[in-house]
Amino acid sequence: MENLEIKPIRQKFFTPGVLLITLIALNGLVFILLRFLFGIGYVTNLNDQYPWGLWIGVDVAAGVALAAGGFMTAAIGHIFHREEYFCVVRPALLTAMLGYTFVAFAVFIDIGRWYYIWHPLIMWNPNSALFEVGICVMTYVTVLYIEFMPILTERFLGKVNLPGILKIFNNFLEFILKLIDKTLNKVQFIFIIAGVVLSSLHQSSLGTLMIIAGDKMHPLWQTPVLPLLFLISAVAVGFPMVVFESLIAARSFKLKPEIKTLARLASNVPLLLGIYIAFKIGDMAIRKTYVYLSEINIYSIAYFIEMLLLIIPAILLNFKKVLTTPLYLFISATMIVAGVLINRINNFIVAYTPPYKVNTYIPSFGEFSVTIGCIALLIMLYRAFVMIFPIIAQPKDELKPNIN
Amino acid sequence: MENSRRKFLQTSSIIAASLYSGNELIASEIKQEKPINYGVLVDTTICVGCRNCEWSCKTAHNIPTDELENYHQNRDIFKEFRRPNPKAYTVVNEFENPDSELIPINVKYQCMHCNQPACVSACIVGAFTKNDNGAVTWDTDKCIGCRYCMVACPFQIPTFDFDKALVPDIHKCDFCYDRTTKGLLPACVEKCPVEALLFGPKDEILRVAKKRIQRHPDNYNKKIYGEKEVGGTSWIYLSKVDFSKLRFPKLKEKPAPGVSEAIQHGIFSYFIPPLALYAWLGGVMWVSKRKKKLEEELNMEEK
Repeated sequence: MENLEIKPIRQKFFTPGVLLITLIALNGLVFILLRFLFGIGYVTNLNDQYPWGLWIGVDVAAGVALAAGGFMTAAIGHIFHREEYFCVVRPALLTAMLGYTFVAFAVFIDIGRWYYIWHPLIMWNPNSALFEVGICVMTYVTVLYIEFMPILTERFLGKVNLPGILKIFNNFLEFILKLIDKTLNKVQFIFIIAGVVLSSLHQSSLGTLMIIAGDKMHPLWQTPVLPLLFLISAVAVGFPMVVFESLIAARSFKLKPEIKTLARLASNVPLLLGIYIAFKIGDMAIRKTYVYLSEINIYSIAYFIEMLLLIIPAILLNFKKVLTTPLYLFISATMIVAGVLINRINNFIVAYTPPYKVNTYIPSFGEFSVTIGCIALLIMLYRAFVMIFPIIAQPKDELKPNIN
Repeated sequence: MENSRRKFLQTSSIIAASLYSGNELIASEIKQEKPINYGVLVDTTICVGCRNCEWSCKTAHNIPTDELENYHQNRDIFKEFRRPNPKAYTVVNEFENPDSELIPINVKYQCMHCNQPACVSACIVGAFTKNDNGAVTWDTDKCIGCRYCMVACPFQIPTFDFDKALVPDIHKCDFCYDRTTKGLLPACVEKCPVEALLFGPKDEILRVAKKRIQRHPDNYNKKIYGEKEVGGTSWIYLSKVDFSKLRFPKLKEKPAPGVSEAIQHGIFSYFIPPLALYAWLGGVMWVSKRKKKLEEELNMEEK
């Protein structure tokens, strides 16, 4: 670990792959524009039967769950002070920061009156689970930005050098950075702990969201322990998500994956996933919902897919061979990420049956475009950030000359 | 102030009324000392499907509408099952009558105005209100258009302007709040030619419903829909056939927001759980930091 150093990645931003991602992002932006010009119904297949669809199920609910890597690594790295994980803390923080920013963006796109998005700040309804999620997410995004500040100061402190006429701001910006650096160092721990608490709160409250839908939600998923299930599954998907993105980033930047660190992280996963699966099956046994698995329909199939995608990797990750082989580790992590993603889709979309159902909701091309476009934008921003800021650990003695 | 004065006037008028009439029901109102909670009894055995209610509802809510004449003549509209929508806060549907081919069953749908509404509990900004007079109303100045009310409503009532880009509204029956607070009847009730809709204090219409079942047991199934569903609703229904045949959702008796609110308040009871978590994590952080420092110092000494 001593021969590793966290610094900006010096590579070309655009590759053929990134160009393709840019096109996907642009396609998404077109549909976002259409939504703002002509309304939600113009772009989506949402209607009075299905008020929520892909954007809430994937962009918001799954987005929040998959950004859980941020608070999990903050907890293990900063609170439990396990230094062996140092090289994953910053990438996970970046993913969480960008992820939550996009969750907020998705909400902005999805709500009918986007210009009133600030209303929950002053119009409170403490009975509402959505109010709790909204306030917690807003606060947590702020906390994530504050947690990112040290990376900002590390990169720019003493190096502020604006071109041309902007030069007059150099001293001022330098002063601000110094101020942030000095004060934040002493109080950062307050925000780090707050981040973990806020995450636990809204991860569980996201589960409370659908409880009020009552019988509209299929009994395979509708249970009073939903908040607990959401929290535990978010905790369980945190590390696999970090593994997943670290391996992709390593591949993309042609770096050697930190397989030892990732293996250590992933070795925690069978226990966390095991707890989740135990709760899930225990809940099924208590509420006797296994009867719904006897017939083969969309619900039972969706349930089996979701569970198998979590049970299989929970077993696989017990083997040393799987933990230490990048490909096997990647497959296991991907399965968990997909499992939690499908669980959120099941909870918010598949399980929801309106009492006066005329036709089943299938997301429109526009909805898919926006969701995939947002993910593409997220990847591009991630790429830009790791090239600007010291986030990813790389070997110290790089043979390649610095291009910049 | 305004409220207490109104309450006083109401109570005193009820006392006066009960003194003269000796009405037991009104006397029981006094004991509760609550403002009058109104409701409507919809008797589906009386409704003739003239759709006057649809027309008067639109007129009362400034929704563009066809001539009333056409409402009476257009029977084709019943071929399709309709739901309330942004341009119709109430709709009448027609069902086949198992007893008589000639006389169909007509059912009017609108917001049920739950006693403990899911929409009021769910709304992120508290844009919904359960008013003292029973009406559940929506406040356009607060709404952010998140549509959680639609997810929450067990009757699938709130509808949304999916086609509007700038100011999409939530639409639903408001129990003619502007009219009833002025002492007028709800527009639909006023326009009903056969008294299929009965407006009155909730207790009283419930009593009337029970009496009708008692007097004409052959005419009704024993159930009063809305008496107990999701904790009771301000609008209640009578029918001869089973309510599931009229496409009323089968609902439990506990109020829709009950479980959700209990969990929500459990997680946040006096902020103790979050604060406890914060304190514990703070403790762990402090201990682990000290441990690390100590180890470093010991390492230094060894060297």
